[in-house]
Amino acid sequence: MTAVLDDDLPRRLTARESLQDRLFVHGVRGVGLLVLVIVSAIGLFLGLQSRPTLQHYGLSFFTEYRWLPSQDIVGIAAVLLGTVEVALVALLISFPLSVLSALFISDWAPPRLRPLLIRILDLMAAVPAIVFGLWVLVVVQPHATEVAHWVSKYFGWIPIFKVHTDVDYPIWNQAPGYPAYQGSAFIAAIAVAMMMFPMATSVMREVFSSAPAGEKEAALALGATRWAMVRTVVLPFGRSGIIGGTMLALGRALGETISVLLIISQAFKIKVNILESGTSTISAMIATGYREATPAQLSALLTAGFVLFLMTLAVNTVAAIIVARGRSGAETEL
Amino acid sequence: MTATVLERTEQKTETVRRTAPRTREDVLTLVGAGVGSLATTWLVYTKLLPLHGTIGFVVLGCAVFVAYYAGMTALTRPWPVVADRIVTALVVAAPTLVGLALASTIISTAIKGAPALFHGNFFTDDMAGVRPGDEFSMGGALHAMAGTLIEVAIAVSIAMPLGVITAIYMSEVGGRLARLVRVVIEAMTALPSIVAGLFIYAVLIVNLHFPSSGFAAALALAVMGLPIMARASDVVLRVVPGGLREASYALGAGKLQTVWHVVLPTARPGLATALILGIARMVGETSPLILTSGASTFMNADPFHNPMNSLPLFIYSAVGSGDPRFAQRGFAAATVLLTLVLALFLLARLVVRTKKAP
Repeated sequence: MTAVLDDDLPRRLTARESLQDRLFVHGVRGVGLLVLVIVSAIGLFLGLQSRPTLQHYGLSFFTEYRWLPSQDIVGIAAVLLGTVEVALVALLISFPLSVLSALFISDWAPPRLRPLLIRILDLMAAVPAIVFGLWVLVVVQPHATEVAHWVSKYFGWIPIFKVHTDVDYPIWNQAPGYPAYQGSAFIAAIAVAMMMFPMATSVMREVFSSAPAGEKEAALALGATRWAMVRTVVLPFGRSGIIGGTMLALGRALGETISVLLIISQAFKIKVNILESGTSTISAMIATGYREATPAQLSALLTAGFVLFLMTLAVNTVAAIIVARGRSGAETEL
Repeated sequence: MTATVLERTEQKTETVRRTAPRTREDVLTLVGAGVGSLATTWLVYTKLLPLHGTIGFVVLGCAVFVAYYAGMTALTRPWPVVADRIVTALVVAAPTLVGLALASTIISTAIKGAPALFHGNFFTDDMAGVRPGDEFSMGGALHAMAGTLIEVAIAVSIAMPLGVITAIYMSEVGGRLARLVRVVIEAMTALPSIVAGLFIYAVLIVNLHFPSSGFAAALALAVMGLPIMARASDVVLRVVPGGLREASYALGAGKLQTVWHVVLPTARPGLATALILGIARMVGETSPLILTSGASTFMNADPFHNPMNSLPLFIYSAVGSGDPRFAQRGFAAATVLLTLVLALFLLARLVVRTKKAP
């Protein structure tokens, strides 16, 4: 019996690919490698360009806040802080809105309305950043400065809400449009939040809607209210989507250029007062500083861009890991 | 079989009781809280406290409404219902707020741009020789529209084939190298668009002395869009069921035949949507253009020589000029840009709808 089994080895299959297939595979692989070379060349170029800068300025590149290329004083401390500030404030604005809206679409909205809401969300993701920038600049800023004034008046004792101006000045005596409150990190963050919202919300919504229906029904059958059902089933299930979607949007927010550039009044200062006029981000600095840059300064700008890229890369990678851990969309079999 | 027939006849004879989730008391509570909060807010705002401004009124009104609603519910219902209603109020308020913001964005842009838009020469003229304060009957944004179309067309014709073929390589050919490509592509989707622009500026314009032109801008857009398109296509191709591929191989089809006749047709609606949304993203991207294309005021259809303008850049320079009339032209251009994005979006929906029907 065993002898028979030993003889009964599986026949080795050799599938000879046809010429057509070999051409196809090699052609496609060639294009893939070309893209790999192009894309990694960008990363390598940025990395190599930043070497001379880092050698020249050393660690002071990260601790110096002034950007005075003419005096050879160059550092990204201020813009780095500004970038993080704008992104974090935008996150604070968009995060609650995103979670609540995603819940509305997945669990509160009537089923007939759902496709329409999803479509509007996708459309919002496609609205150009410059349009949101314009809207915040023209429509929102006059109101946002009032809010900023109010907050700084009553909560100015908290350092981040302090504005270096006389807040007790009668309102009709404030210069028109509150210049001390215009172009602040807070107002730029409103535009960035509008960019973050659709990205984060659509990731969250997708994860929320794939929460197991059986468990949801079980919770409802046990007498749970809708919120109790969401709290016990949907939110624990969607935790990876909440964190991952938020971080994905945060990666986008860090690199957001044009809406920030339109709104802020640029200033290279270490500043934690988010309501006060004057801030800068890495991307806004690149967009304004490239024109009159000498080769050395261009390399400094490229280094700043590389640092920005590394930041978004780190955020995106963590987000991708978190989202992938939550669900496995890659394997869909029949 | 008999069971289903039985169920059907039962359903016909039995009138289904509507388990309405809302009783009259619920509705009255809602209305009462709404009216009460409005009255209270008005009283507090105009008579009691020295406050003013619309935002404060709305914020206070919403807070008072939630408090009243919770309080009135708590009179007759247990705590879980109160919590449910507070959360429901918030969950409804958040998308309403964002929806209003989105509507305000679109409407205010269109209204501010309307005066310039209603002159036909906005679509047929360029800004050559037009001073910022000139009437709307002079000058237009034809050069910017043409520039956007040319730049995006070049960028798409570079990025789309490369992106789709790379996606086919990653998902259909596979192997260790393909995984490396996927990792690198995913990493490069994090590349901020301004850095892509700076890269092209540093390499092409500074080092290779290529002039600021539409082609440089198109290359910057392509560099930015290539990883995005490759990744989006990869995601779409990966959800094509593996069983379909196996069935195709089992029938004796080769790799190329399987990809061409099975995988791509199955993925076509998703692929089209992903690519069109990628194009929409390119159309609206501004920051790489600031660095690479220069900004002409005249019509220039040659992407290789002389600066070229584009809609986002036109908007940016118009609004940044500080001249109110020129800024209105910027808003008109923003309306055109929004319409373009919307048209691409509708196209994507249309492709999905027509191709889904078998």
